[in-house]
Amino acid sequence: MAKVSKKKVSRKSVRKSSTVTEKIAEVKPDVVYDDGDDEFLSKEDGNISSEEEEEEEEEDGGGKDERKRQKLLEAISALGGKRQKKLGERSEAAVLMSEFTVNAEGEGDKIDLSDLIGSMEKTSAVPAKTKKQLKNLQHSNKTIECPLSKQESERIQRDVAFRKASTEVTRWKDIIKQNQRAEQLVFPLDKEPTGPRPMERMVTGWKAQTPLEQEIFALLSANKQPINDPILTPAEEASMRAMSLEEAKIRRAELQKARALQSYYEAKTRRERKIKSKKYHKVQNKAKRKEFLKKFEEMVKTDPAAALEELSKIELARMQERMSLKHQNSGKWAKSKVIMAKYDEGARKAMQQQLEVNKELTQKLVTALNKEEEEEEEAVDEEVLPDFVNDAEQGLHCSNPWMRGKLSEDPAEKELSENMDLITEGPGAVGNPAEEEEEEEEVVETEEETLLREFDSRRKRRQAHEAVTAPVPEEEEPQVPDQEEEEEPQVPDQEEEEEPQVPDQEEEELSEFTSLFQGIADSSREAEMPEGAADTNPSAQLEEGLVRVRTLEDMELLSQPAPATEQLPSVAPQADTTRKRKRGIELKEVLTKETKVIKVPLAPTMEDTEDSEDKLDQRGLIKEAFAGDDVVADFLKDKRKQEDAAKPQVVDLTLPGWGEWGGTNLKPSRNKRRRFRIKTAPPPPRRDQCLPSIIMSEKRNSSISLHQVNSLPFPFQNHAQFESTIRAPLGRTWNTEQTVRKISKPKVVTQLGAIIEPMSREELLKDKKQVSAGSTSHVDSWKRKR
Amino acid sequence: MKVKLLSRNPDDYVRETKLDIQRVPRNYDPSLHPFEVSREYTRALNATKLERVFAKPFLASLDGHRDGVNCLAKHTTNLSTLLSGSCDGEVKVWNLTKRECVRTLQAHEGFVRGMVVRHCGTSFFTVGDDKTIKQWKIEAPAYGEEEEPLNTILGKTVFTGLDHHRKEGVFATCGQQVDVWDEQRSSPIRSFTWGVDSFSAVRFNPVETELLASCASDRSIVLYDMREPAPLKKVIMTMRSNTVCWNPMEAYYFTCSNEDYNLYTYDMRHLEKPITVHMDHVSAVLDLDYSPTGKEFVSASFDKTIRIFPKDGGHSREVYHTKRMQHVICIKWSADNKYILSGSDEMNIRLWKANAAEKLGVLAPRERQAANYSQKLKEKYQHHPQIKRIANHRHLPKIIYHQTREQRVMKEARRKKERNVRKHSRPGTVPVVSEKEKHVVTVVK
Repeated sequence: MAKVSKKKVSRKSVRKSSTVTEKIAEVKPDVVYDDGDDEFLSKEDGNISSEEEEEEEEEDGGGKDERKRQKLLEAISALGGKRQKKLGERSEAAVLMSEFTVNAEGEGDKIDLSDLIGSMEKTSAVPAKTKKQLKNLQHSNKTIECPLSKQESERIQRDVAFRKASTEVTRWKDIIKQNQRAEQLVFPLDKEPTGPRPMERMVTGWKAQTPLEQEIFALLSANKQPINDPILTPAEEASMRAMSLEEAKIRRAELQKARALQSYYEAKTRRERKIKSKKYHKVQNKAKRKEFLKKFEEMVKTDPAAALEELSKIELARMQERMSLKHQNSGKWAKSKVIMAKYDEGARKAMQQQLEVNKELTQKLVTALNKEEEEEEEAVDEEVLPDFVNDAEQGLHCSNPWMRGKLSEDPAEKELSENMDLITEGPGAVGNPAEEEEEEEEVVETEEETLLREFDSRRKRRQAHEAVTAPVPEEEEPQVPDQEEEEEPQVPDQEEEEEPQVPDQEEEELSEFTSLFQGIADSSREAEMPEGAADTNPSAQLEEGLVRVRTLEDMELLSQPAPATEQLPSVAPQADTTRKRKRGIELKEVLTKETKVIKVPLAPTMEDTEDSEDKLDQRGLIKEAFAGDDVVADFLKDKRKQEDAAKPQVVDLTLPGWGEWGGTNLKPSRNKRRRFRIKTAPPPPRRDQCLPSIIMSEKRNSSISLHQVNSLPFPFQNHAQFESTIRAPLGRTWNTEQTVRKISKPKVVTQLGAIIEPMSREELLKDKKQVSAGSTSHVDSWKRKR
Repeated sequence: MKVKLLSRNPDDYVRETKLDIQRVPRNYDPSLHPFEVSREYTRALNATKLERVFAKPFLASLDGHRDGVNCLAKHTTNLSTLLSGSCDGEVKVWNLTKRECVRTLQAHEGFVRGMVVRHCGTSFFTVGDDKTIKQWKIEAPAYGEEEEPLNTILGKTVFTGLDHHRKEGVFATCGQQVDVWDEQRSSPIRSFTWGVDSFSAVRFNPVETELLASCASDRSIVLYDMREPAPLKKVIMTMRSNTVCWNPMEAYYFTCSNEDYNLYTYDMRHLEKPITVHMDHVSAVLDLDYSPTGKEFVSASFDKTIRIFPKDGGHSREVYHTKRMQHVICIKWSADNKYILSGSDEMNIRLWKANAAEKLGVLAPRERQAANYSQKLKEKYQHHPQIKRIANHRHLPKIIYHQTREQRVMKEARRKKERNVRKHSRPGTVPVVSEKEKHVVTVVK
């Protein structure tokens, strides 16, 4: 670096000096000329008077003398410093004047810049700037360096050029480093993205050549079809633009939201419909009606056509009411109520409500809503039918987990709850005309309906159970008898009054449970083997309880595997509570007994036993054969031998007779022997020291060592590093497919038949962009990959 | 009683199409797959052996020249086209896929010294001993047309080398001086001299396209910048360099082939000593060319062999020779990094595989994976003596084998002597000079 800086300095100085010389060169000639002029003028006076011919004649002889004289004069003038000036001033008319003798006055003196610049101030043409510069120059008293030799200046030029080139080239450093370090390089580097290229790019670099192509293009251009720039027709473009990924995503999100909102709304309405309070509904209806009226008024203003339609609807409802007189006293139910009204407060109220309804309906502009509700409910009922049937069927297959999908459950449950509503409210719901209607219909309907409902109730109960406990096939065991018992009383019940049904059912269920568990307990007590209890019980219970023929379900239950003891405890809590409330059954005895899984002797196990026998036989044979050998002792002996062999020997280097007397019967002294006996350091502990049944040989195996690396290879710093690279396996036996692919990625990938161009300058720009982008580098690299 | 059955999802074992491979469930528990190192070692050993078994690099010989092949030129845009110029002034255009000569033209009287294809691939330039530069069309003349150059420039002196700029219509020649020409003009736009009387090769830098390097007969390598009036720098070595070649991927590295049997890779910014000295040849190295990936280069030598060197390796990874191949004068590495082309004294051009054991053609994915895996295994176990022995074993002609041994002995003797001299002289008086520093005499600025 020092060198470089030095050079720089020298270069600068050279530059400076060169500029200075230039400037002076500009000024110098005329100034010198001026000076010369002066002198010439002073000497011309004499010159003119003298005759030039004579001068020419005497040139040969006089010239030499003149020069000598001049030299002498110079020498004299050199002796005295200031006197010389005066000498110069003394200008006499001389006869002989040589042109060679012309000399400046004060020749030995330095030329002062002020002398030269003197005339400058007089001339106005010289700009002020240069004047200033020259004045500055005047103050500096530095001499000018002589210009550099050609070689020297060329060298400097080269140096500068080289430095420029090398800095230019150094820009590539980052890319080169990066490429050297890269795990994988794919050549050609600036590969075009694979796959179809956009048509525009294809077409611009292509010209119609064959006559066919030319013809086609002529046709296209004649028909004003797009050829080059917008290669797609507008329609195609629109279809291309139809839906991008983001748009699709947005749309999907919107749809999802809408669906969610809908489901919320559905849930809300369902909940509201489930509410049994009549008052609530009444209020609700009233509010709705009011709102409707309001809306209607608004509608009259804004949208008269729709309002008219609404009006006609209302009118229709009114006409119907007036025609049928449904809500007046003419109906069967109303007549009965009229009879009852004398004694019963409730009946009277119901009557009044009905009349109110009638009034509302017959009034103008009202009660379109009620009607709609009716219609709705009817529709719902119609829908319910097939669902019921389906569900009942599903119930049969409930052991199949796939058929117990939740899709059909929800609506079914909904219907069920409605039905329950009907059942409970049926007789009390005098005021609600719709329900009444239904009831009437029910009456008309045959037993099918009841049967269906019965199925449904059963299903519901089962579901309730499933909700409480895990869906276990055993769970249904208690229900079987319960259902059968229920069925008989239910049918008449429903016809007469359905109110007490639900509590009844519950009670019955409970009792069933308890009885069942009691039964289990009893049987377990009776059976000596408690493990078998769980297995045998249900069937026993069934046999006891069953009066009728077995149903399909029962058959299934029977076919189901007996064990799964883990599931019993889950049933326990429920059962527990019920028992505690009603009858004292000892829970522990029932549940804590573990069932033993009965092992069915299968074929393979049989084989196994045979095998083992065989083995035993062989063992016996071997034992017999080697009865006399004590293998263990032999082994231990062997091991000890090996250990001894591995122990370092003491080396005795004593030489008798050295430094002592030697001879027969003379032994080296003990001291000497001690000195020359060399004990080697004990070896590290054997690796099989703590492994009694193993001998580990620590000898070097020459056949293996042939394959072993015996010196640390070059790039590695220590053994551990090298070993770690060897230790990790690469193959797909030890690694997953992905890892193998990643590990065995080749360093250089080339494409078959692709010309690999040398690195281009664009690469450099890309790199710069990456650096400047910083955070967006990921994106860039991704783009580069593509 | 219900019988429990095994139930399996067919998605787990049924393949989508019959072209898929069967799905094999695997358990990667290491205890189930013991001895991984020794198993992989065996695989590596087998892979190495197989590599040697399949190493058959020689593909084809293109004959047709009536004199030694003096120069080769790759086509810039077409992989299957090769141009060759011979010592009798004939230029041949070859189709490599068909392995036949497509066109023959008498370009010069005397040697064709240099040849280069223009970057656009439509024409090529030749220089010859008859002091001319000629530009030719790549396409053969139509029937009845005469074979004549597009342009002919008559120079004052013999041209010995030629190279074309990668992007612009500028080319450089060398002879008495290095000239940079514009295609449109008949006189050089720049002419560089630096006190030497002849140059043997000139090359444009393919990356920093304005830079040039040339080898001069005063044992120097000179760098130029096309934009500057004067050359940049030169390095004088102990022996003459024959050719120089820039790394096409790394802008500031170039390699020169030297008369002293070695090749030297330099960083153009630091010419004081080469980055790497590549030794293995046993005679003068006449030509070299970089692989287009810039990772390796191939050298042609007077000792009748071709060697492939990694760009930063001191010794070659591969040596190619045949009984009939004489002094290899020119060499090129094909632009798809797959083949090597060599032109030699005995009038033949030979086509070699760059990777001796590589399977040519399209590989099936599994095949490729297997190849990659075995390659990695070989790399992993390359330091193990047996594998190293097998992988490095090459059969050499007797002469070369003995010469190599001789070289080794000589080198050892020299080293020993130097060591002894150092041992018996005052410490510090005989400095240790590294191999890299030995071959550079000076750097002239």
